[in-house]
Formats: sequence, structure tokens, C-alpha cells
Amino acid sequence: MAISFDAALGIHEDALLHRARRAEVLANNIANADTPNFKAKDVTFSQALNNASDTMSIKQVATSPGHQTALLDPGLAADMMFRIPTQASVDGNTVEVQQEMARYTENALGYQASFEFLNKKFTGLKSAIKGE
Amino acid sequence: MSLSNVFGIAGSAMNAQTIRLNTTASNMANAESVSSSVDETYRARKPVFAVQQADPLADLQSSYGPEAGQGVQVLGIVESKADLRQEYNPAHPMADEKGFVYYPNVNVVEEMADMISASRSFQINTEILNTAKQMLQQTIRLGQ
Repeated sequence: MAISFDAALGIHEDALLHRARRAEVLANNIANADTPNFKAKDVTFSQALNNASDTMSIKQVATSPGHQTALLDPGLAADMMFRIPTQASVDGNTVEVQQEMARYTENALGYQASFEFLNKKFTGLKSAIKGE
Repeated sequence: MSLSNVFGIAGSAMNAQTIRLNTTASNMANAESVSSSVDETYRARKPVFAVQQADPLADLQSSYGPEAGQGVQVLGIVESKADLRQEYNPAHPMADEKGFVYYPNVNVVEEMADMISASRSFQINTEILNTAKQMLQQTIRLGQ
């Protein structure tokens, strides 16, 4: 029986990728904290999780290199959403730096957790291979 | 890899805040630079920030939907259109023929507040950079 890495690693691999992407989005929000008319964005975890675990019933077949499969992704539209500010700013900026900072830290901890899970999976696989 | 993009994003923000600090320093230094005509007088300078959009092609190619922006950019530096401070002082060596001297339209209190805001934003972005660095360093050690 062959070891399938995909089956062994489970959801943690996707979770790690999602956390890395969310870090980018939140960093961009904080970077634009002083930009007039900038609207803060965020990606929702549950939506990303559904996208990662669901398999689409109807698949698009790309028969030419010009076909963009990403355009038909149902999660694409709902994935990234604008934040609703609690205290809107006069210059149209909706970034609340303290909140963004808290979310960024929380996301970094989530990344660390996913990383630990993934690391332990690898440790387990390694000891299984060695037969210890 | 999205985590390495964080370096670019936080870096662009730190760069923009540095430019903002520079204009503030220039405004404060010239707050009392008198001149004898309206055209020659120093005017307060302000940077204009704008979002740096991600490459639209990258959006289509990514399997994770639309990309986050790529940080902040400084579109340019504009001079304040506020009125200059005009003072009647015929004894002043820079006074024009009517006896007026002109002071820059720099508001020192506003500049101080701007300076504090810029330095705080800079600090927050270094914090973001540090956290992203730790996350990446951890990833390098995966499987050890």
C-alpha cells in the first residue's frame, strides 16, 4: 500500500495556504491605513474551507491555453469581501488599524497551529517509514 | 508565495511613511522662512497616497481568486493651497515695497500630529514585517 501524501496531510496544507494569503490581505489593509478612499478587505475562512473541501459537480474543461478556469470558480465572488467599518473615517478609508492588527496576530497564531499539525503529520509519516 | 508578498507590502508602506516624515521635516524646518513675495514663499508639502493594485493578469492565473493589493504608493507631493500668512512689518529686511512680509502656510501643530501618526504607522508595519518573517522562518523548518 502506497502512502498518499494528499490523504495523509489532510486539510492542514490548504489551511496553511489560506493563512498565508490572509496575512497578505491584512498586511495590505494596514499598509493602506492612511490612503484616502481605501476599503479594507478580508477573506472568510469558512468560505475558503468550503472551496478546499468541496468538489465541484460540474467541471470546466480547458481545451485551449486561453481558457481561464479561475473565472468559473464559485468561491471567487464571495471569497474576498469588504469590511463594514464601525467608525467610518472622513476620507473614505475603512481601515481600523487596531482591529486589523488583532486579526493579523490571530491569523499568525492560526498559521502556527496549522504548521504544528502539518509538522506532526510529517513526524508521524517519518516514524512510519522507519518502522520505529 | 503570499507570505513573501507581505514583505513587499509592508516595505512599500514603510517607504510611504518615510516620505511623509520627510515632507513633515521639510515643512517644520521652513515654518518660519519669510519671503518678500507670494510666489517665492515656501508652501506646506503633502504626499498623496494611493493603493498599488496587483497585476490584473495575476488575478486570472491564481487559483485562489483575486489577489490582495500590492501595498501603497506615493503618487506625488503636492503643495498646500491654504492662504499664506501675511504680516505688516516695514522694519523687516525682507519687507516688500508696501511693507509686507510673507510666512509659509505651515501649521506646526498639524505637522506635529502628522509626524506622530506617520511614525506610529511605520512602527506597525515593522511589526507586520517581523511577524511575517517569523512565519516564514518557521515554514523553512517544516519536517525537521
